[in-house]
Amino acid sequence: MSTMAPKVPPVAQLPPPRGPDRVRGGLLDPRQLIRSLPDALRKLNPATLRRKPVMFIVEIGSVFTTVLAMLHPTVFAWLTTGWLWLTVVFANLAEAVAEGRGKAQAETLRRANRATVARRLRGWRPGDGGSGDGRNGDGRGDEEAVPAQLLRPGDIVVVEAGDVIPGDGDVVEGIASVDESAITGESAPVIRESGGDRSAVTGGTKVLSDRIVVRITQKPGESFIDRMIALVEGANRQKTPNEIALNILLAALSIIFLLAVATLQPLAIYSKSVQAFASDTEALTRHGVSGIVLVSLLVCLIPTTIGALLSAIGIAGMDRLIQRNVLATSGRAVEAAGDVNTLLLDKTGTVTLGNRQANEFTPVDDVDEKVLADAAQLSSLADQTPEGRSIVVYAKQRYGLRERQIHCATWVPFRAATRMSGVDLDEDGQVRRIRKGAAGAVLKWVRDNGGHTSDHVATVVDGISASGGTPLVVAEARQDRPARALGVIDLKDVVKTGMRERFDAMRRMGIRTVMITGDNPLTARAIAAEAGVDDFLAEAKPEDKMALIKREQEGGKLVAMTGDGTNDAPALAQADVGVAMNTGTSAAKEAGNMVDLDSDPTKLIEIVEIGKQLLITRGALTTFSIANDIAKYFAIIPAMFVAVYPGLAALDIMRLHSPTSAILSAVIFNALIIVALIPLALRGVRYTPSSAAALLRRNLLVYGLGGIVAPFIGIKLIDLIIQLIPGI
Amino acid sequence: MSPTSAGVLFIASLMVALAAAYAPVGDYLYRVLTGARHSRVERGVYRVVGVNPDGEQTWSGYARAVLAFSAVSVLFLYVFLRLQNHLWLSLGRPPVRPDQAWNTAVSFTTNTDWQSYAAESTMGHLVQMAGLTVQNFASAAVGIAVAAALVRGFARSRTTLVGNFWVDLVRVCLRVLLPVAVIGALLFVAAGAVQNLSAGRDAHTLAGATQHVPGGPVASQEVIKEFGTNGGGFYNANSAHPFENPTAWTNWLQVFLLMVVAFSLPRAFGRMVGDNRQGLAIAVIMAILAIGSVVAVNAFQVAHRGTVPQAVGAAAEGVEVRFGVPQSATFAAATTLTSTGAVDSVHDSYTALGGAIPLANMMLGEVAPGGTGSGLYGILVLAVITVFVAGLMVGRTPEYLGKKIGAREVKLASLYFLTTPALVLVGTGAAMASTWARASMLNSGPHGLSEVLYAYTSAANNNGSAFAGLTADTSWYNTTLGAVMLVGRLLPILLVLGLAGSLAAQQPVPPSAGTLKTHQPLFVGMVVGVVLVLVALTYLPALALGPLAEGL
Repeated sequence: MSTMAPKVPPVAQLPPPRGPDRVRGGLLDPRQLIRSLPDALRKLNPATLRRKPVMFIVEIGSVFTTVLAMLHPTVFAWLTTGWLWLTVVFANLAEAVAEGRGKAQAETLRRANRATVARRLRGWRPGDGGSGDGRNGDGRGDEEAVPAQLLRPGDIVVVEAGDVIPGDGDVVEGIASVDESAITGESAPVIRESGGDRSAVTGGTKVLSDRIVVRITQKPGESFIDRMIALVEGANRQKTPNEIALNILLAALSIIFLLAVATLQPLAIYSKSVQAFASDTEALTRHGVSGIVLVSLLVCLIPTTIGALLSAIGIAGMDRLIQRNVLATSGRAVEAAGDVNTLLLDKTGTVTLGNRQANEFTPVDDVDEKVLADAAQLSSLADQTPEGRSIVVYAKQRYGLRERQIHCATWVPFRAATRMSGVDLDEDGQVRRIRKGAAGAVLKWVRDNGGHTSDHVATVVDGISASGGTPLVVAEARQDRPARALGVIDLKDVVKTGMRERFDAMRRMGIRTVMITGDNPLTARAIAAEAGVDDFLAEAKPEDKMALIKREQEGGKLVAMTGDGTNDAPALAQADVGVAMNTGTSAAKEAGNMVDLDSDPTKLIEIVEIGKQLLITRGALTTFSIANDIAKYFAIIPAMFVAVYPGLAALDIMRLHSPTSAILSAVIFNALIIVALIPLALRGVRYTPSSAAALLRRNLLVYGLGGIVAPFIGIKLIDLIIQLIPGI
Repeated sequence: MSPTSAGVLFIASLMVALAAAYAPVGDYLYRVLTGARHSRVERGVYRVVGVNPDGEQTWSGYARAVLAFSAVSVLFLYVFLRLQNHLWLSLGRPPVRPDQAWNTAVSFTTNTDWQSYAAESTMGHLVQMAGLTVQNFASAAVGIAVAAALVRGFARSRTTLVGNFWVDLVRVCLRVLLPVAVIGALLFVAAGAVQNLSAGRDAHTLAGATQHVPGGPVASQEVIKEFGTNGGGFYNANSAHPFENPTAWTNWLQVFLLMVVAFSLPRAFGRMVGDNRQGLAIAVIMAILAIGSVVAVNAFQVAHRGTVPQAVGAAAEGVEVRFGVPQSATFAAATTLTSTGAVDSVHDSYTALGGAIPLANMMLGEVAPGGTGSGLYGILVLAVITVFVAGLMVGRTPEYLGKKIGAREVKLASLYFLTTPALVLVGTGAAMASTWARASMLNSGPHGLSEVLYAYTSAANNNGSAFAGLTADTSWYNTTLGAVMLVGRLLPILLVLGLAGSLAAQQPVPPSAGTLKTHQPLFVGMVVGVVLVLVALTYLPALALGPLAEGL
C-alpha cells in the first residue's frame, strides 16, 4: 500500500492550433541578390553548370559569341554577348539566393553542434541512477568523460541540468525539461522522459532541469543535427522524380530548338543567294546568319526561364518546409506529399484538442447523483491524465466536491489489458473498490464481482457514444456485497476550431481524410461528423492502421500520416509520407520521412499544400517559359530575314526599332525575366486549395496567357529604351 | 448551286457523316481489337504463320514482331520491284531502279505511299496488286495494331502484356479493311472507276493526236488507298484522274473514307479504357484542328487577293475543274491531316498560304486525325506531354487515365515528339545545303524551298503527298526520303510500344477531385494549344523562309 501520489510529468504544451492560413514564403530581400552574387559567379564553372543542361547550352553559346565579338567587335555584338552572359549569371543567382537562405540556418545549427564532452556511464544497469536525485554511488562510480564525437550507438551517458545532450538517443531513465530551441526555434522547454512516446532527445539540445540517462542511438556525424545541416544547405540534394521528368522534357525541347536553329543556316544561305538584291545586314550576309544572332535565337527559344529557376524552386520548396519547422529527409517525400490521396489523422491532438473533458455524470438504476459524483471523484484523484483531472474539476464545479487527501487507499492505474482504473479504499475496515473505465471492461468487472448489469447502463452508454462523447462507466464493489454500476461519466471531445474548413479544403483538393481513433465506432462517427472528416477508423490498434495504409496503397493511393510512438514506426515507414513528431521516439523519427519539430499533427495539411505548391510552381513556370517563345519569334524572325523578304515585316507586330534592337531586346527580356521571377520561384506560385479544373484554369490564364502577352509588352518596352543606344 | 454553297455542303455533309460514323465504327473497331474469338479463316492464317493467337506479347515482343514484319515487307517489296520484268502482267516494264525500288518499298511499308515515279508507266499490274496494294492493307493494319497496344497500356494494370501483334494485324485486315475495300471497290466501279487487267489502249483525240489510255485494277486499289490512309495512286495524277475518282460523289466518298477510321479510333480507345468521354475528348481535339485547317485552306484558296483568283472567284490553278476549288481544298486538307497523301489537285499550285496549310497539317505530326492508328497514338503521345505540364500545374505528379507520367514516360513521349521534327529539319537543311538536291527544285526562291520542306515533311510524317514541282526521282531524294520515311515510321512505333509497356506495368491511381480531368473542354483546349504552339515553335523559322516569305 502506498499513499504517495505517482509522479506524473507535466503535459508538454502543444502549440496553439494554427488557423487555416495559407502557405506563404519569405519575401526576397534585394540585398540577398547582391550577397549571393559571388556564389553565382562561382557557379559559372562548367563542371557545376553541366547539371543544368539548358543553362549549359547558354554558357557554351556565350563563350562562342564572346569569341565572335572579339573577332568582329560591334556595339550589337558586345551588348548581346554581355546579356547572354548575364542570362547565365542570373540563373546561377536564383540558385545561389535559394541556397543562401539555408546557409544562415545551417550556421545556427552548427553552433548547437559544437563539440561537447559526454559523461559516459560504464556498466550501467536499469535502476542504477533513476531514483530522482541520481547521486547514488553506482551511477557515478563508472562515469568517464569522453568527447561527444567518440560516442557510439549503445553508449549510455548521463546528462544533468545545464549540460548539452551529447548525441541523439532515447532517455532510458529519468525525466527532464529540455531546451530544444536550437533545432525548433521554440523557446519553451519540453519534457523528455524514459519509456513512453516522449523519450527521444536530440544531440545539441540542452537539459534545463533534472537528470536523465540517455542511450545513444546515432553514430557521430549522422546525428539529427548533422542531417539537418546537410538538408538546409542542400548539400546532397537529389533531383526529385518530377524534376527529373521535367528536365527530360526541357532537354528534348532544347534539342528541337537546337535543330531548328542549326538547320536554319542552309535555308538562310539559300534564301540570301536567291535574293541577290538584298543588302547584307548585321544579322544576315551571304555567309548566312551571323553566329551571334543564331545563338541569340537559340537562347531565346530554349526554355531558359524554367531551366534557370528549376533548382531554385526545389531548394525553396524544402526551405519553406524548414521555415515551418518540418524536416523532410528528401525532396521525393515533399513531392509525394503533393500527391497524397488519403490523410490519416490521429483523432487526439489533431482533430480534437487532445483532452477529453467530463461533461456530465449520469447515474443509473436509482443511484443518487451525488453518490456517483463522489465515486467518480474518488477514483480520479490520483488519475493525472487530462481526462481524470477534468472529472475532479467537474465534480468540484458541479457538485461542490473538494479535492481531498485520501489515506489508506491503493490506486489502480489504468492498464491497456484491463482498460480501467480506480481505487481500493479502506473505509473503516471495509474494503470499497471503485472502478471506472470503458463500458465493456467495467461491466465485466461488475459481473465478475457478483453483480449484474441492467440495460439502463447500456442505454446511457450508447446515448453518450452516439453523441460523440466517451462514456466511462463508474462501478463500485463493497465488501460482501455484489458490485454495481453507479453511472456513466460523459467525456466530451472538443474538436479544434477551424478543422471543418480545413477538411473541406482537403476534399476540394481531392484528399480523403480518415480519422484514426481508439474510440468505439459510435463515438468515432459522432466526432467524425462534427469535425467533417470523410471517414474514420474506430477502435484502431497499430496493426489496423498498418492494414488501412496497405489497403489504400494497394488501390494505388498515396497515404500520409503522422505518428510519434514506437508502435507507429512500422506504419510511418509504410506510409508514403510519414511525419514523425519531434517529441516522439527515435524509432518513429527514423521510420518517417519527415520530422515536425513543432510536433503539431495538423502540420500535415500544410505539408501537403507545400508539396502541391512546389509542383505547381514548376508547371506554371514551364508553361510561362514556353509561351514566351511566341513573342520572341515575332521579334527575331522578321529581324533576321526582313532584308531578304520585306514581306516578313508583317510579322513584326511590335514595330520594333531596328533588326538589331529587336534581337537585343529579346535577349535582354529573356535575361531579365529570370531575375523578375526569382521571387516567385522562391515564394512559390499562389496556391489556394481548389479542384484541379479551377487550378488549371487559373494557372493557364496567368502563366499561359500571361506568358504569351508579357514578352510582347516587355520586349517593346526594352526596345523603346535601347534604341537610344547609338549603333543599335 | 454556287461553288461556295457547294463547298459548304461538301464540308457540312462530311462532318455529319463522320460524326454519325463515330460511335458505330468505333464500337466495331473496339470489338475487333478486344474480342476473344477467332474466325475459322483467322485460325487458318495463324496455323500457317505458326502463331498462337491466344498468347500475348510483352511490349518488346510486340515491337520485335512489328520490326520483323516491316523488314520482311520492305525486302519482299524491294525484290518484287527489282524483278518485275520477270513477272506475269508486267506489261513489259523494266525492273525498277535500285534507289527507286528502295524508296517505293519503304514508302508502301510505312503507310507513306510517297511515289517518286509515275505508276501507270513504271509498275506492272501484278506489282501494283500483289505488292503495293497488299502493303496498303498491311501498313494500315500495323498502325491500328500499334495504337491498340498503346491503348491497352492505358487500359491494363500491372501486366507486361500489351496484346498479340499477329492477331491485331490479321483481324484488322480481315474484319475491317478487306470488307470495306471490296464493297467500296464495287461502288467505285459503279461510279466509273476502271477495274481490268488491260494494258491500256490507244485513243485518237479530237485534235487528231494519239493518246495511250492505260487500264488496270484501279478500283480495287482505290478504296484501300483512302480507307487505309495510304494515298499511293494507280495513276500519277492520283485522285485527280477520272479513272480513280470519277465523279463528285466519289470525291466526297474518298474524303470520307480517308478520315473515318482515324476519327473513329478514339471511340475504340474510350471503350477500351472504360470511359467514352476520354475517347470523345480526343476526337474533339482532332476535330478542332481538322476543322480549323479545312476552313483555313478554303479561305486562302477562295479569298486570295491575287489578280487571277479574284477574276475567277478563287485560286483555281492546279485544281480539277470537275471538283471545284472548295472540294479540292477540303480534299487537300483532309489528305494531309490524315497521313494519306492522295491528291485531287496540285498543292504546288495553291496560293502560298493555302499551300502552307497542308504543309502545317503534316507538321502537326499527323494527329488530326492522322493515319489509321498512327493518328491515335500520335495524339495520345501529345496528350501525355500536355498532361505532364498541366498535371504539374494542378499540383500533383501528372497522371493520364490513372497512369503516372514519370521520367520514363516523359522520356519516351519527348523522343517521339522529337523524331519527326529532327528528320524534317535535318533532311531539309541537308538538301538545301547540297547543290545536287537543290537542282531538283522546279521553282527557285521561297517556293522552291517550300517544295523541299514539303517533301521531307511528307516523308517524315509518312504522309506521302507531294507538293509536286520537285523532281524527287533522283538518287539523292530516293535514298534520303526513303531513310526518313523508315525512321519516321519505325522509331516512333518503338517509342509508342515502349510507352505502352511502361504504362501497362503501372498500378493506376484512383481519380479524385485533385485529379486533372482529361475529358473536359479545358484540357481539350490545352492539347490543341500545345500541339499548335509546339509545331509553330519548331517549324516557324523554316516556314518563314518558305511559304511565309512568299505569302506575306
